[in-house]
Amino acid sequence: MAERDPKGVHGGEARLPPARVTGAGGERQPASGLAGSGGQASAMDATIWSRRDIFSLAGWAGFLGVLGASALAFTRFMFPRVLFEPSPTFRAGPPEEYPAGSVSERWKKDQRVWIVRQEDGSFYSILAICTHLGCTPNWFQAEDKFKCPCHGSGFKRSGINFEGPAPRPLERIKITLSDDGQLVVDKSVKFRYELGEWERPGAKLKV
Amino acid sequence: MLARKVKALKRQIVESQIWTSMFRHGYEETPRNRVLQIMANVWLHLHPPKIRRHAIRLRFTWCMGGITFLLFLILTVTGVVLMFYYRPVGEYAYADMKYLEFDVPFGMLMRNMHRWAAHGMVITVWLHMFRVFMTGSYKPPREFNWVVGVILLTLTLLLSFTGYLLPWDQLSIWAVTVGTNMARATPLLGHEGPFADVVGVTPRYDARAFLLGGSIVGPPTLLRFYVLHCIFLPILASLFMIVHFWRIRKDGGLSGPL
Repeated sequence: MAERDPKGVHGGEARLPPARVTGAGGERQPASGLAGSGGQASAMDATIWSRRDIFSLAGWAGFLGVLGASALAFTRFMFPRVLFEPSPTFRAGPPEEYPAGSVSERWKKDQRVWIVRQEDGSFYSILAICTHLGCTPNWFQAEDKFKCPCHGSGFKRSGINFEGPAPRPLERIKITLSDDGQLVVDKSVKFRYELGEWERPGAKLKV
Repeated sequence: MLARKVKALKRQIVESQIWTSMFRHGYEETPRNRVLQIMANVWLHLHPPKIRRHAIRLRFTWCMGGITFLLFLILTVTGVVLMFYYRPVGEYAYADMKYLEFDVPFGMLMRNMHRWAAHGMVITVWLHMFRVFMTGSYKPPREFNWVVGVILLTLTLLLSFTGYLLPWDQLSIWAVTVGTNMARATPLLGHEGPFADVVGVTPRYDARAFLLGGSIVGPPTLLRFYVLHCIFLPILASLFMIVHFWRIRKDGGLSGPL
């Protein structure tokens, strides 16, 4: 506090009447021929940084700081590290079990996933959730299309929508090969055609 | 003879230490005390001491605000009663609901009162709002109370939504699945909403996961909705109701007829 006491440090300037140090006068002080820094310090002293202001500010800052930190902590508290949910990944057996040019419905009931093997032997997997309102479409081999029973959305073998109200293609999900040669499907990683994500690594598996 | 005995017994009770420790002085029946009893009564206080003639006309108010409050009180009482049996745990919730419905004495009555009052409250809140709108009661100086009312409407709908999950049957689980899917599209906070990639929210850490306590409607969701339904939302609604009722008086009572 001593440095902000005009009497203690800046002898002569202490004689300034308080009225001259207040308000906009702070800027004008140097013009009166007194030492610039000293004049400003005493001006500040009388305008914002009174002892009461500092304590008040510190009090509010502490209060709001604790409140804000608690809010952040609570927000983090609501996202647990471990979820007791079914794993989004599953092993789908060796690639040999899927003939080339087939759409496998083997995992549809359990996992809501189709595994498609193309003529060149590569794999992709499609999430069986209609992009219209979330029903589960069916695969029709004879018509070579996925068709949603709810509102009639149709999707080609690739998953691209071509009829009905669905606004965008079905989502593909990550498919990889495990170390022991099994297909591994990860439903938590999605690839959306309209975002150009079908070309990303993991969206297609070349065996 | 008997009357004297009763009188003596009464004096014995009233002068006992137990009684005098609770009631430090008597409450004499003077005209002043009788007035105070009315003026300082919290229930009668909901209405001002003087109200204009139109304000008590049923055709003007439909009594919809009052009925809504009555239903809220019914919901509070029956809800607390149901809490004695209901466990918000995945394994028990549905069975406890059935237990209340089919075995607990008066359980079916309590559950149905809660259920129908809840349906009723949503309806009466809308009708109340409709009436307030049609009578122009949202206009100054009552515009602040209209805003408080809109908040109360939202809280009522949230109470209804969170309570919907608690029976823990297929209907409620899928209804809440659909309902919370909307949170995916929250701007900034939902992983499928606008600016999601700017904020960096993911399916695992976004507004929907905050509500669900995970990525699917599961036991953590049930517990979360239970706490919201029984603690957080009713307290919040009560606080806003206090302001709502107080402001009616402060804004000059009910609005006049058009």
